[in-house]
Amino acid sequence: MLARRIIPCLDVKDGRTVKGINFVNLRDAGSALENAEYYSSHGADELVFLDITATVENRKTMEHLVRDVAFSISIPFTVGGGIKGEDDVDRLLGAGADKISVNSAALRNPSLINRLASRFGSQCIVLALDAKANNALPSGFEAFVDGGRTPTGLDALEWAREAADRGAGEILLTSMDKDGTRDGFAVDLTRIISGNIDIPVIASGGAGKMSDFKEIFEEGKADAALAASVFHFHEIDIPGLKGYLRESGIPVR
Amino acid sequence: MIAVIRYNAGNVLSVMNALSRLGADAVLTDDRSIIETADKVIFPGVGEASSAMAHLKRTGMAEVIKSLKQPFLGICLGMQLMCSYSEEGNTEGLGIFPERVREFPRSRGYKIPHVGWNTISDLKGPLYKTTAENSYVYFVHSYYVPLSENTTARCSYDDMDFSASLSYGNFHGMQFHPEKSGSEGEKLLRSFLEDV
Repeated sequence: MLARRIIPCLDVKDGRTVKGINFVNLRDAGSALENAEYYSSHGADELVFLDITATVENRKTMEHLVRDVAFSISIPFTVGGGIKGEDDVDRLLGAGADKISVNSAALRNPSLINRLASRFGSQCIVLALDAKANNALPSGFEAFVDGGRTPTGLDALEWAREAADRGAGEILLTSMDKDGTRDGFAVDLTRIISGNIDIPVIASGGAGKMSDFKEIFEEGKADAALAASVFHFHEIDIPGLKGYLRESGIPVR
Repeated sequence: MIAVIRYNAGNVLSVMNALSRLGADAVLTDDRSIIETADKVIFPGVGEASSAMAHLKRTGMAEVIKSLKQPFLGICLGMQLMCSYSEEGNTEGLGIFPERVREFPRSRGYKIPHVGWNTISDLKGPLYKTTAENSYVYFVHSYYVPLSENTTARCSYDDMDFSASLSYGNFHGMQFHPEKSGSEGEKLLRSFLEDV
């Protein structure tokens, strides 16, 4: 049976993880590579690296990191953050990333998804969709870009459907209302998106306790769940979380 | 020496990295003589069937692959190209396996592509010597090979059963990605290196 996936997310700046990761037994807590190795051997099903580097020059550092990670770990990983076009994708996949995620550039120029899907295959194109409640829109949720700073007026479900039609292989759905709250994932948002498109949906934003994961899989119909700080601060360890989910009847690896 | 076939499909780097972690002597190549004299050959692949197949035919690699006698492993698209036909791009394949590759039917209530970790069962043959029934491996695909007499492992996605792997003589194919399947995948690659 297909397992529901648990995905830690690492924010990376200039090759190092930010939001301080607090693991014991790491020689260098800020090393993105060491963190990746740790998660890979401690039950993570995939990893997501979000590049929050500000400058173009430092993106080279990300490419080096991708190369090192690809060499070291044997689970899939996605790289996102600031991807503008085909050249960025070509470089990151060429360095060994399994998937890339696009957000603002794809929403501003949707045909980018078609081009990426036909050149690299849908399986490696993840649409990152940041959504926030807006009752004026049909689904009740609006898509945002620029790291959540800019509203688009576009209905989140409409955009998710269009992205799937254009060839996105998965959607990484972040609830801006829930992100950082530790108050649980956005069940309504995730169910509305996941229940109405036929590509997998990764729910993100709001994880605080183990039952939040159970809820987003059972009620939210998420195919995967992504979290950062609860894993980084060791509040939830992934093998323990998986044991809990298994006992709740949710298939996990 | 292991030859990993270089062609116009992606993801060859992951296979090279996985072999390197296993300490295997592997070379990424499209040189016919190196491939023909290698101890074993791996045919990786992520991409689209018709353009990959057109490239293999144009370069003569299709005929080279069909003539090989040493243990041969096709991964994901590699396995699908080894079949007789694929619905992806209406593509005639290498015909090593008589099976036909089909597209997962849409609107059955499950997500396409089939992506993530799924269990494999009814394991047969030396590749699975060290693998337990119902081990999890990583899949990502929208097309599948139905169960057949050459099926050496099965996978179930919702109510659909399909071939997780195929073997026929010296030719083996895996629909999943052993190079991305953590320690289970490493065991499978090691079995290909040591047990076939």
